[in-house]
Amino acid sequence: MDNNGTLKITYREAIKQAIREAMKKDEKVFLMGEDVGRYGGAFAVSKGLLQEFGPERIMDVPLSESGFVGAGIGAALNGMRPIVEVMTVNFSLLAMDQIVNNAATLLHMSGGQLNVPVVIRMGCGIGRQLAAQHSHSWEPLYAHIPGLKVLSAGTHEDARGMLLTALQDPDPVIIFEYTFLLNKEAELPANAGAVDITKAKVLRKGKDISIITYGAGVYKALDAAADLNSIGIDAEVIDLRVLRPLDETTIFNSVKKTHRALLVEEAWSSVNVSSEASARIMENIFYELDAPVQRLGGVEVPIPYPKHLENASIPQPADIITKVKKMLQHD
Amino acid sequence: MIEFQMPSLGADMEAGTLAEWLVKPGDLVKRGDVIAVVDTQKGLIDIEVFDEGIIHELLIKEKEKVPVGTVMALIASDKEPVVKQEEKMPAKITEEKKPVEKLPVTEMRHGIKVSPLAKRIAVEKGIDLNLIKGTGEGDAITKEDVERAIVENIAPKEERKIDSTESIRMAVAAAMSKSNREIPHYYLETKVDMSKALVWLSEANKQRSVKQRLLPVVLLLKAVAKALTEVPELNGYWENGLQQKDDINIGFVVSLRSGGVMIPAIHHADKKSIDELMASLNDIIPRTRAMKLRSSELSESTITVTNLGEGNVETVYGIIYPPQVAIIGFGSIVEQPWAETGMLDVRPVLNITLSADHRATDGATGSRFLMTVKNYLDKPAEL
Repeated sequence: MDNNGTLKITYREAIKQAIREAMKKDEKVFLMGEDVGRYGGAFAVSKGLLQEFGPERIMDVPLSESGFVGAGIGAALNGMRPIVEVMTVNFSLLAMDQIVNNAATLLHMSGGQLNVPVVIRMGCGIGRQLAAQHSHSWEPLYAHIPGLKVLSAGTHEDARGMLLTALQDPDPVIIFEYTFLLNKEAELPANAGAVDITKAKVLRKGKDISIITYGAGVYKALDAAADLNSIGIDAEVIDLRVLRPLDETTIFNSVKKTHRALLVEEAWSSVNVSSEASARIMENIFYELDAPVQRLGGVEVPIPYPKHLENASIPQPADIITKVKKMLQHD
Repeated sequence: MIEFQMPSLGADMEAGTLAEWLVKPGDLVKRGDVIAVVDTQKGLIDIEVFDEGIIHELLIKEKEKVPVGTVMALIASDKEPVVKQEEKMPAKITEEKKPVEKLPVTEMRHGIKVSPLAKRIAVEKGIDLNLIKGTGEGDAITKEDVERAIVENIAPKEERKIDSTESIRMAVAAAMSKSNREIPHYYLETKVDMSKALVWLSEANKQRSVKQRLLPVVLLLKAVAKALTEVPELNGYWENGLQQKDDINIGFVVSLRSGGVMIPAIHHADKKSIDELMASLNDIIPRTRAMKLRSSELSESTITVTNLGEGNVETVYGIIYPPQVAIIGFGSIVEQPWAETGMLDVRPVLNITLSADHRATDGATGSRFLMTVKNYLDKPAEL
């Protein structure tokens, strides 16, 4: 801790602190997932928690996403507050039926009688050379489903805080965590903790253009904005944070100020979160726009294995800079 | 609810300023009523309504300048609105089915790329977007461009008062430049011996009072109108292909004493008798010179005739008035040597030219048309 009362920690440590704090606060909270116990988590997020909380609360499960996510939903229905870790979003496809048909619908199907307060964490992101089958960006799939609240932890602050608030929610919450950020360090206030999970956040104020992104795009957009600043372009960066329901107010207020919007995300461009945000901007504040809304999304191919091709398949800071300069006709 | 829009009064018109409303909400209007006066480059024009109903709301204030196509008023109709216009018309003019707002003249406005925000600001500040060069992506006009225009004081539309002579000059310039730029003209010419026509005319005039006397030009108009019924390809517009028109509305070029020309339409020239055509000319020419035309007269001509009249040069090659596809030029009738059946004689001769749009028709069509006109003038009794 330095004298400003901040603490330098990794993204991994931020998640671990969040889990530990949640488990200490509420004994109904428990963690279940593949290799979360004895192995310490596929990405070492839960390392040491088994020793601290015991096998009743740090629960290894069989390799059956449909089975253990369903079990988590059952536990939630019966009054527990499970944190279900799906190792990566790629495997969550096997649990889709449980998530979509049970977690998301039971409140509705029971006429409001059955809340499902389950929190499902999924590792995701591209950039670790895991090839096509393990490099999916399924945020748009989940953001499509009524009955879910879908969060994306693109910053250390949210890695530290979103879980705590999500566990207070009476309904199912999906949290996307970005594995390529796990070793990245950032300063957090020593007293960092629960954060709001209803609003998008302006991470950098600017007046020339709104760069709207989430998850893996957040730090890239901030890097791009810093570079753009050096050539006189003052970009505002918004982290959507909540992919469902979208916080329109923050988006609209920003675009009303800058009159230009660039949407950035790693998911394939067709029918992604940017598509939705773009449509809502056009529907609601068309007459505030000084340029067409633009999107930078993933190239629509199975994500390649070779590093240079993998890099080329998703938006990079240089792509953001080029696009912004073009939108602003900046030489 | 029927939308009453700012009509287009010619290919060169982009906007008009509402000078005066002649109706108020609650008034009953019927087809052909003049309900507004609009100030255009061509002076104050009476604007007619093409529907029947009760004025519901006047959306545009007097002195406001709005682009062609802007909804100016809403008219409540108890019958089917807009699309069923034909049914509401009296039976005898059912062919006249083209309301003014259908005219195709917004090309230039459509060509301008402007951001929604820039457009909004321009409207609020009365900035004419036609005068601004865009610097955004794809040369779109952006907020910054409009703001610069405000600072640089590109005069708001209302303040830019040009006298009517100058503005007519500009309108002619715009239409003719567009025509020469876009239309591949071809030119045909023929000579007509007018002796029979002039004899017929002087006989006819003997039976008419001085006021009703006919001028040679009505014969020419009548011959053109009849020839167009036989060669209809020249009567229409070029808009993504040739759009032939059923009505034959001859635009007649009138030169203004102060300079410039206007082209009022003589509606249904083919259905008018010689005397009715003469009456139309006697009515429309003084009104044109006084700049007192109705909107339908300015916008509905389907072909143009330019007639130089006596004491002028023998031949005129016209420039087509877009989106029309042809213009017919009559020179003055002068005595010329005339060879016929191996003999040389002196006859009153008229040079007739046709300038036509080669996208729409070919020389063979044009030739057929000119020869038809010629034949009619050879047999004036058939007119």
